[in-house]
Amino acid sequence: MRETFVATTTALLDEDPRTALVLADISADVFAPALRRHPDRALNVGIREQLMVGVGGGLALTGMRPYLHSYAPFLIDRAYEQIKLDLGHQDAGAVLVSIGGSYDAAAAGYTHQSPGDVALLDTLDGWTVQVPGHRDEVPAMLREAARHDDRVYIRLGLQENARAHPDGGKLRVLRRGGPLVLAVGPMLDPVLAATRDLDVTVAYTNTPRPLDVEGLRLIAGGEVVVVEPYLAGTSARLVGEALNGLPHRALHLGVGRAEIRDYGTWEDHARAHGLDAAGLRKSITDFLG
Amino acid sequence: MTATTLRRLTGDEKHAPSAHSTLDVLRVLYERVLRISPETADEPDRDRFLLSKGHGPAAYYAVLADRGFIPEHWLDRMGRWHSRLGTHPDRVLIPGVEVGTGSLGHGLGLAVGTALGLRAQGFTEARTFVLLGDAELDEGSNFEAIAYAAAIRLPLTAIVIDNQSATHGWPGGIPARFPGWSVSQVDGHDHDEIDRALSVRHERPHLVVATVEPKWS
Repeated sequence: MRETFVATTTALLDEDPRTALVLADISADVFAPALRRHPDRALNVGIREQLMVGVGGGLALTGMRPYLHSYAPFLIDRAYEQIKLDLGHQDAGAVLVSIGGSYDAAAAGYTHQSPGDVALLDTLDGWTVQVPGHRDEVPAMLREAARHDDRVYIRLGLQENARAHPDGGKLRVLRRGGPLVLAVGPMLDPVLAATRDLDVTVAYTNTPRPLDVEGLRLIAGGEVVVVEPYLAGTSARLVGEALNGLPHRALHLGVGRAEIRDYGTWEDHARAHGLDAAGLRKSITDFLG
Repeated sequence: MTATTLRRLTGDEKHAPSAHSTLDVLRVLYERVLRISPETADEPDRDRFLLSKGHGPAAYYAVLADRGFIPEHWLDRMGRWHSRLGTHPDRVLIPGVEVGTGSLGHGLGLAVGTALGLRAQGFTEARTFVLLGDAELDEGSNFEAIAYAAAIRLPLTAIVIDNQSATHGWPGGIPARFPGWSVSQVDGHDHDEIDRALSVRHERPHLVVATVEPKWS
């Protein structure tokens, strides 16, 4: 996904003089041609994430369309107040593109992990959050974001589904059956594997914000399981609001709150958080009974 | 004229020293330096002034009223329900205000992005000014902007009002905290001195330290 992001954003910079790229050293090597070709609007501010967001806000206030990129813990967690004030409070927009959300940087430890990025953005108004489940879903997201001035967060990950669903903005039903299991982004394949022989409806979205609440209300029966690749329960408030007035039970699966002080790979952490197929199957069958 | 206007603003006396310390610099900016007016407040190539030190904006509001950006009667209800003027300015609510500030340490980064955006779009005449307080420099975010602006020789002008309000002070004074910037030091009440320091165009970032009476004296 990262390579797709670099290729598409480099092309966007070539095609659209309104676009700008702001880096804080991360990925500066792979963006070297863009930085060389567009020195006025492809910028590497050094290891300065607060400044990266401030610069993005300033660029947007002059009418440009900035793309900001870093590891999720630095892009979102560290610069949270800049995101809140230098973008939101100014009524300015930007496209934030992260890598290293949740436990992608498993071997690096918790300093380089951010399971709470989407929850943090949920404290703010007006963010579109996109979580591609496949690299082929990324280019359309980046190109669409160039056409307006809204605030967009695109969360790139190492984990991918076998198939792309570029039309995954609204809830897309992939299998019809009993209770709804909603998979966000790269959680789709583990969900499909976990529920292969269960009587459930499986729906997919790669755009959890704004959550397709009308779609959810239409397809959710009395029981809903949400499987997200970030902090468990991040979408609980929105799902609750969507199903307000409908009798329902909901189970929210995602990354646990407790820090796992171990290394390994993202697969190891997925297993530890119960987000592999076996863990999901157990949670889902326990819940549905 | 502005002093009279300023007296209409009440309700934020806590920040009165902060507000009044900026009055002369703001008057010089709006009366002599900035290429902006109510009629050109949305022109893409206008000069930009960013008030980073959003506390105590009474002087700012008074100048905006005197220059015709906002009606004078707005001044009478600062901070009240349904007033457009808060005790920190909001760009969405106030014509002519470029950034909403109040939390310290945001204006300089936004100014760097603004100057970069103007340059990238070929608005070479447009200048970017940002006003900070000396205590505001304690916020580390400023140092990210100071170092980067120096490294890329970005032409913008930062004005620091020095009323010695930083809790621990700074060895070497304020210019020592802006390596790579050119520096002017002026009497923060002398309009001609302020004018001379702000009117010169520089090819790299420029710091104007405007000294006023100490906040705690």
